[in-house]
Amino acid sequence: MRADLELIYDWIPDDARILDLGCGDGTLLAALARHKNVTGYGLEIDPEGIAACLGRGVNVLEQNLDDGLGNFVDDACDLVIMTQALQVLRRPDAMLDEMLRVAPECIIAFPNFAYWKHRLHLTFRGRMPVSRSLPHAWYDTPNIHLSTFQDFAQLCRDKGVTIVDEAVGSAEHEGHWTSRLWPNLFGETAIFRVRRGR
Amino acid sequence: MSASFPSDSVGVVTPQIATFESPLALACGKTLERFELVYETYGALNAERSNAVLICHALSGHHHAAGYHTADERKPGWWDAYIGPGKVIDTDRFFVISLNNLGGCHGSTGPASLNPQTGHQWGPTFPVMTVADWVHSQARLADQLGIERFAAVVGGSLGGMQAMQWSIAYPERVANVAVIAATPRLSAQNIAFNEVARQAIRSDSDFHDGWYADHDAIPKLGLKLARMIGHITYLSEHSMGSRFGRDLRSDQLNFGYDVEFQVESYLRHQGDTFSTRFDANTYLLMTKALDYFDPAGQHGGDLAAALAPVTCPYLVVSFTTDWRFAPARSRELVSALLRAGKAVSYINVDSPHGHDAFLLPNDQYEAVFGSYMRRIHADITGEAV
Repeated sequence: MRADLELIYDWIPDDARILDLGCGDGTLLAALARHKNVTGYGLEIDPEGIAACLGRGVNVLEQNLDDGLGNFVDDACDLVIMTQALQVLRRPDAMLDEMLRVAPECIIAFPNFAYWKHRLHLTFRGRMPVSRSLPHAWYDTPNIHLSTFQDFAQLCRDKGVTIVDEAVGSAEHEGHWTSRLWPNLFGETAIFRVRRGR
Repeated sequence: MSASFPSDSVGVVTPQIATFESPLALACGKTLERFELVYETYGALNAERSNAVLICHALSGHHHAAGYHTADERKPGWWDAYIGPGKVIDTDRFFVISLNNLGGCHGSTGPASLNPQTGHQWGPTFPVMTVADWVHSQARLADQLGIERFAAVVGGSLGGMQAMQWSIAYPERVANVAVIAATPRLSAQNIAFNEVARQAIRSDSDFHDGWYADHDAIPKLGLKLARMIGHITYLSEHSMGSRFGRDLRSDQLNFGYDVEFQVESYLRHQGDTFSTRFDANTYLLMTKALDYFDPAGQHGGDLAAALAPVTCPYLVVSFTTDWRFAPARSRELVSALLRAGKAVSYINVDSPHGHDAFLLPNDQYEAVFGSYMRRIHADITGEAV
């Protein structure tokens, strides 16, 4: 499992009802179902991902996140997860509202644009960063709303959303003291666990 | 089995007839004292009797879903692209049952059968069937074949409605349902198209109020028109356009009303063929079953409440260019299942072929549906996919 998914896996309690936005091939949901008795649905638009989910017995719905979560009632589940999708959404702020409407708590993971390698790239090459977590060129990237660890924390404060937990993931710096001390600088992937209200 | 069949064909199949001697109470209030269902099976039932898959047919469908009736039959069954060894509904893994519904015209008891009470053909007096009636009769067939619980009930279009109804009426008897290119109820527009088709048949002078058999007549013209209208709704604007465009049969306009455009020729051919192989009373009855289907109707329009008894996971499939039962109709079903807290998966398959797409080869559709069916089989055998 991907490093960010492993961390998220640990954060999810047994028997939770969850919604995984951009669930990919269903790896996380399948593991949670098998070992933690978690139930729920994945949302995905990639047909190959959908086929993989079905093969794993994961409930998956073809649904574009930009269309919202209107088919889920308030408090439809315990927890909403969204990994590597925040930055491709038309309105990430509206999605945060939607996520906290259908569940009291959500976990969001996204590439941290303030990661030191990205800063170096921009500062010294004077060009848009291209990295392992941001592999696209500026002209063909699906990432239209890149943000930083700090930006997201600020959005939560502005919206009156409580940050329950925060972490950064990175193959090189995971668990390293630098990323714990300066997550905005040394975290390649930002992971937030937030709760509705203050 | 003839060597000329493709290796992924079930080969030659022989229809069988199941006879039921105990009465079947129908939604219309009438009772069928006895009835027969014609069906085919493909593959083998396992020792646990847990690998049976029921195929439910659409408006003009029948029991012959796969394989060939004779070694030199040219066209295979209507869903042969999806049923066979190694195919999506893999007959090496599943025991597949496909029947002709009651009221049909392909061998099951229907309007052309004899009414035991009168000794005369039922004709237009054959009871109007509902999807629920069909499902009850299918359950009888399952009883007779010794199948307590289906691994899956699968259907496209009107067949999808039957799959839905199975999950509501017999939740303990279905492990999975696949509802393909269907809708939880017809729209006013859908009913309108059906009514035009019915009027075309009923206003044919050869219809004789449904007693055409007594007059040695067939309301061919009405059936032809009904099929032409229906067929338009099965295709997409795109598929018609790419297939026929504005192509003419000859190279000039004739300033008359004979067939000029290729699409006219195609529709007339479809209509003509249909009018000689399908029964008018059956067509009327099948369109009524479509119109009447509305599980939410008994729950004040609340589809989620209607789906409350469901215990099995759903696979819902729609097709991007299907405007007969548009993707939005499938999403209504998905939303209701979500509201009811049921397990459901959904995909809107990219296809240019409109409603007919559910019958046609399509890589995306096959990958998703195949993945779902393989998982069902893995659940039966307990092996990892």
